[in-house]
Amino acid sequence: MSLLAISDLKVSIGGKEILRGVDLDLRAGRVHGLAGESGSGKTMTGLAVLGLLPHGARTSGRIALGERDLLAMPAKELNTVRGGEVAMVFQDPATSLHPMLSVGRQLTEHMRHHLGLDRKQARARALELLGQVRIPGPEAAIDRYPHQFSGGMRQRIAIAIALACSPKVLIADEPTTALDVTVQAGVLRLLRGLCDDLGLAVLLVTHDLGVMSAVADEVSVMKEGLVVETGPRGQVLRDPTHPYTRALLESLPGETS
Amino acid sequence: MKLPQAWRQPLAIVGGVIALAWIVIALAAPLLAPHDPLAQDLPRLASPGPGHWFGTDQLGRDILSRVMYGARLSIPLTLLLVVLSVLIGGLLGACAGYFGKWVDETIMRFADLVFAFPTIILAMVVAAALGASLTNAVLAVLVVAWPAYARVTRGLVLGVREREFVVSGRLLGFSAWRSLRVDVLPNVTGPILVLATLDIGTALLLLSGLSFLGLGAKPPSPEWGAMVASGVEVFDSWWVATFPGLAILTVVLAFNFLGDTLRDALDPRTARAIKERAL
Amino acid sequence: MSPTSSSEDLKGDTARRKPGRSGSRSPLIRFLARRVLTALLLAVGITLVTFVLTNLVPGDPVSANLGQRALGDPAIVAQWRAEHGLDKPLPQQYLMHLQGVVQGDLGTSQQSHRPVMDDLAESVPATLELAGAAILISLVAGVAFGVVAALRRDRLTDHLLRVLSLIGISVPTFWLALMAFYVFFYRLQVTPGSGRIDPTMSPPPQVTGLYTIDSALAGQWDVFASAVGHLVTPALVLALYTIGLLTRFTRSAVLEVLGQDYVRAARAKGLPGRVILFRYVLRSALVPIITVAGLAFGSLLSGTVLVEAIFAWPGVGQYAYKSATTLDLPAVMGVGLVVGGVYLVINLIVDVLYGVIDPRVRLQ
Repeated sequence: MSLLAISDLKVSIGGKEILRGVDLDLRAGRVHGLAGESGSGKTMTGLAVLGLLPHGARTSGRIALGERDLLAMPAKELNTVRGGEVAMVFQDPATSLHPMLSVGRQLTEHMRHHLGLDRKQARARALELLGQVRIPGPEAAIDRYPHQFSGGMRQRIAIAIALACSPKVLIADEPTTALDVTVQAGVLRLLRGLCDDLGLAVLLVTHDLGVMSAVADEVSVMKEGLVVETGPRGQVLRDPTHPYTRALLESLPGETS
Repeated sequence: MKLPQAWRQPLAIVGGVIALAWIVIALAAPLLAPHDPLAQDLPRLASPGPGHWFGTDQLGRDILSRVMYGARLSIPLTLLLVVLSVLIGGLLGACAGYFGKWVDETIMRFADLVFAFPTIILAMVVAAALGASLTNAVLAVLVVAWPAYARVTRGLVLGVREREFVVSGRLLGFSAWRSLRVDVLPNVTGPILVLATLDIGTALLLLSGLSFLGLGAKPPSPEWGAMVASGVEVFDSWWVATFPGLAILTVVLAFNFLGDTLRDALDPRTARAIKERAL
Repeated sequence: MSPTSSSEDLKGDTARRKPGRSGSRSPLIRFLARRVLTALLLAVGITLVTFVLTNLVPGDPVSANLGQRALGDPAIVAQWRAEHGLDKPLPQQYLMHLQGVVQGDLGTSQQSHRPVMDDLAESVPATLELAGAAILISLVAGVAFGVVAALRRDRLTDHLLRVLSLIGISVPTFWLALMAFYVFFYRLQVTPGSGRIDPTMSPPPQVTGLYTIDSALAGQWDVFASAVGHLVTPALVLALYTIGLLTRFTRSAVLEVLGQDYVRAARAKGLPGRVILFRYVLRSALVPIITVAGLAFGSLLSGTVLVEAIFAWPGVGQYAYKSATTLDLPAVMGVGLVVGGVYLVINLIVDVLYGVIDPRVRLQ
């Protein structure tokens, strides 16, 4: 079932066209990988879904969440979708968590806002979430601050925050790029597992085709603001039709696909 | 440097025009002033009107002429003051940053001590101890003004000291003085220039403040701070204090407009370092 | 498939884990202890500087304090010098001074013929009340203006606030004080005149020395109203410069925070704008703002000298002015010590506030 359908999405900033008509289809329980070199517009696509584009950005097209068009939604209503139905995980957990707010605060504040939970209920749910993302000792971890965790643990916390209000769609923007190679696999496995267990539709934005081949079900390749190729992982990565995809794959050192 | 573009800002233009106007007034005061600033030949405490557009003071002197002549005192002295602060503070700060160790400790702890006093109280004690005169007021402000430059210069020098070209110069056996002059100096001039522009205003405020307290210019001289002070005695005649005060305000404002624009033109990190230290 | 974590990941985290709550307190205490020690060293330095300044520079307290006739008589001069300990060698004079300071004795003012400590006990609260009110006004107004300027970046409001705050830091305080006094008291008669309270009233029973607080504590509301009325104009005049300073600074601090990833992450969580502003943006921006506010307090103390002169506010500024111009050495040194002490306390408060706001300082 299609949860989020992006069709003919165009974005321009300061007169410059960043996205030139992007189509994407996210399904429940599936990880959709979005690949492309930097500047191809893949991060912008992710940000556009949540209306987080930089100031002065103009958009057209349609981002349909069920029946509703996120692009045409009033700001207030969009705010209930953000973090509620569609959540996001950012690239660098060292900067995407507020350094002066405790883990518990950052885990519970939007639950209390979106779901109307009281302090105790929110805390109980937060402990459950920390366990779900495999943070050791949730009882102690919840009162600590981001700087007291390693990079991998911080990204797990960021994922827990994204999952807090049981969203249907998760946008993960280069979630492993800023992490040590040794912990990347753990975070990816976690994302894959959550996608399967919770029936999430995941949009995994990454420039790393290795990451892509490890977890994605479908793969789309972007170039200069357009999706040039899309399809099941095996097909796109093994038998690419577009020359750009082939070039991308060939540039991968030691990749044997 | 990207200066030309920054100078096209309206604030910089307004500031530049006002500053230029004051410099012209200072240079051409004898030609522009309608009266002798010291002559007591007009009616006393006459309100502004034809013949004496800014009014006259309690001794029958023309305030417009005095304000114009005041520019000949305040502006060059303030500029001199800032130049001296830059030279002294810059040199001490550069030494502290370049040589490090005890040189750094001694100079910077001394700067800390100066910072521990509110500027005007320290300047007041120095001025009072030296005896009231405009020169001594300048010296007093100098005593409190140099540490800001020492701190900023030290920070900037520390930043460039370990860069390759400086290190390689040292390895080639160039003297410390040459290294400071050739390698370090060009890298610190931009931020120091901004700080100095912003500091012209502060220095003038402090200098005229000391004169206002009677610790600077002596009575007959048309110094703006002293003129405001003489207006306190007759504050019923508002014009005596108002115009010299406006003169101070416009000069300080002009240089603050310029300095603020210059700061925006610098990269944000350096700009913040200046802002924090220049207080 | 169930989510698992790699062993490396766990190890990295355990290595960073701190013992419990009690263990995390001690770095803060060590941090504070170090600050206090530095402060004490600086305090000794301050006494030395005031001493050196008032002794090693030309300028003779004898001629400043004795009349022309007495100056002609060597016996009177010698007796006066002996009375004030000026015949001893300088290092000994300094040690005597330091010893006195430790015992709470700052010597006797040559002007008022009273212990400097007593003079200061009267004037310090007056200045603290004035400067305290001014810094509060500056913080509230400066931070509010700065936030508005940052949120409306490059719009008309922002440009307007920029020009206004630059004017704020360009106005000569003494002139503004005079103008305010002339316009609001003399012409419009909307503000009370000089001094701390109406001259027909007697000061409230002393608790803190701050008339506004003491009168409120004693329930003397007429005195309270008078004290507040007398405080408003000089405090506003004094605050203008720091308002300008804090507006400019807050603007750049907030702009920097607004560009941070965690602010975007907060928006992605669907938090309301005001929550993001107060909880996410201001909290971070407050750290640099507090630094600058601490420094700004120093410039406020400078301003009090000038403002107190116009409003006849019986504070340290006036006392410093009187003692500096008459070279009343014990009084000058006393002022230097008090003012330096205030600076140290402000620094300490700023440091503690860092720890309160930022857990990275508190729990290293």
